[in-house]
Amino acid sequence: MQTTLPAPTVESAPVPLQPITLTVNGTSYQLNLAPWTTLLDALREYANLTGTKKGCDHGQCGACTVLVNGKRINACLTLAVMHDDHAITTIEGLATDGALHPVQKAFIDHDAFQCGYCTPGQICSAVGMINEGQVRTVADVRELMSGNLCRCGAYPHIVDAICDVMQLDTGK
Amino acid sequence: MHPFSYARPTEVTEAVHELAGPARAKFIAGGTNLLDLMKVNVEQPNRLIDINRLPLNTIDELDNGGLRLGALVTNADTAYHPLVEQRYPLLSQAILSAASAQLRNMATNGGNLFQRTRCYYFYDTAMPCNKRQMHHSDQITGTGPAGCGALGGYNRIHAILGTEASDGTVHCIATHPSDMAVALTALDATIHVTGPNGDRTVPIGNLHRLPGSEPQFDHTLRPDELVTAIELPPQGFPDHYTYLKLRDRSSYAFALVSVAVGLEMDGDVVTNARLALGGVAHKPWRKPEAEQLLIGRTATREHFQPVAEALLEGAVGYGHNTFKIDLAKRAIVRALGMAINKEKREEGE
Repeated sequence: MQTTLPAPTVESAPVPLQPITLTVNGTSYQLNLAPWTTLLDALREYANLTGTKKGCDHGQCGACTVLVNGKRINACLTLAVMHDDHAITTIEGLATDGALHPVQKAFIDHDAFQCGYCTPGQICSAVGMINEGQVRTVADVRELMSGNLCRCGAYPHIVDAICDVMQLDTGK
Repeated sequence: MHPFSYARPTEVTEAVHELAGPARAKFIAGGTNLLDLMKVNVEQPNRLIDINRLPLNTIDELDNGGLRLGALVTNADTAYHPLVEQRYPLLSQAILSAASAQLRNMATNGGNLFQRTRCYYFYDTAMPCNKRQMHHSDQITGTGPAGCGALGGYNRIHAILGTEASDGTVHCIATHPSDMAVALTALDATIHVTGPNGDRTVPIGNLHRLPGSEPQFDHTLRPDELVTAIELPPQGFPDHYTYLKLRDRSSYAFALVSVAVGLEMDGDVVTNARLALGGVAHKPWRKPEAEQLLIGRTATREHFQPVAEALLEGAVGYGHNTFKIDLAKRAIVRALGMAINKEKREEGE
């Protein structure tokens, strides 16, 4: 069986760009990308969707959080070519018919940001967390949002905003 | 990142064949550690084989009462799976103590086992590192021992057990970073592997290795082998367990010391005991002789201390990490108390 397979590419072979179709917020983007293009760079530099932010580029800060098939992931630690048949949702795709997503609205209502750089990632992460259905307490919110850093330190208001949407009592 | 080509096979045999070719290829699944290492040029594959479409993504009950975790099931889907939560809560707890929710949604069970150390000298290509620079002969031509930045450097996160080679020299004090692997070690899991020569199984205790004089090898698999599943035996210690993870912040940090405990009890008497430590060695640290000290004993603090002493026998500190020896002993005693007392465990006490 193995002998019938094509020989693997050798080290010296050229690496062509790969045509891929990314489906982002319901829109198809036909892109020609080098295989080493991260999903984050594909979104920002090739699809011109700059709402998703590049913070650390090492999966430590959460600024690049997007939803892939409904699940939150770090777009900086995955390759665009790995997602050519997935449904990707970014911060630009959360509002529907001009109405903000409830988490977006809650972030405004609770003043849940200062500089705003981490905010798209925080909001996508919160939406993903709500989808996961594992939150029971305010402490769960803090634990399950620990992959999103906010160097302005807006954490108390971020937690308040999320708890508001989830109808969790913060004791305030 | 160095350029590489990309392939996405859909059959296991095809994937294994791809890896066995002449290219310096690597499998990619979740990619959370590999891509990070590629960005800092510690890993430089020239071909990536995306295995995410292989049919290895289910969790299945076994006839013997055990559970088979597909290698490509994500850490999150494993930790929250009802059968894992019910029968192997130790494993759920360990997985959920690790990384962030985003990373757990990407990271797979197979990839978790083969993540590389987070030793900062391994990551920093400006520093000497025997693990990074003593390459396997059929990959990059070896340059001989490079040295260890951690031995004379800042080694707070580093190993205290099993660091010496057979001749007494020390080449690497990196730790294995996985929490999941520590729980799997306490649970005595079996790793299912496939390769050009067929399928085989490896006990979790033999999967990872001590550094000896070849710290470039983290594990015992051949370069052309692929993990297909992790098999959990029927005994999951659902009544008396804990995963105690001690770290510099309370979430999203690697363990300084972690302890996985599984006990079976008859009243106050311990009838079966498993303990594994994380954050202290190049592999999850288990010592069955230490576990035997608990069998037939009442579960009291006076019987826990000798277990802690036995598990840490031979521990050596390298300066900044010497505190780990006492920390590990105290963590073992505390974790045993938590495993016995459900209320304490739920309070995180």
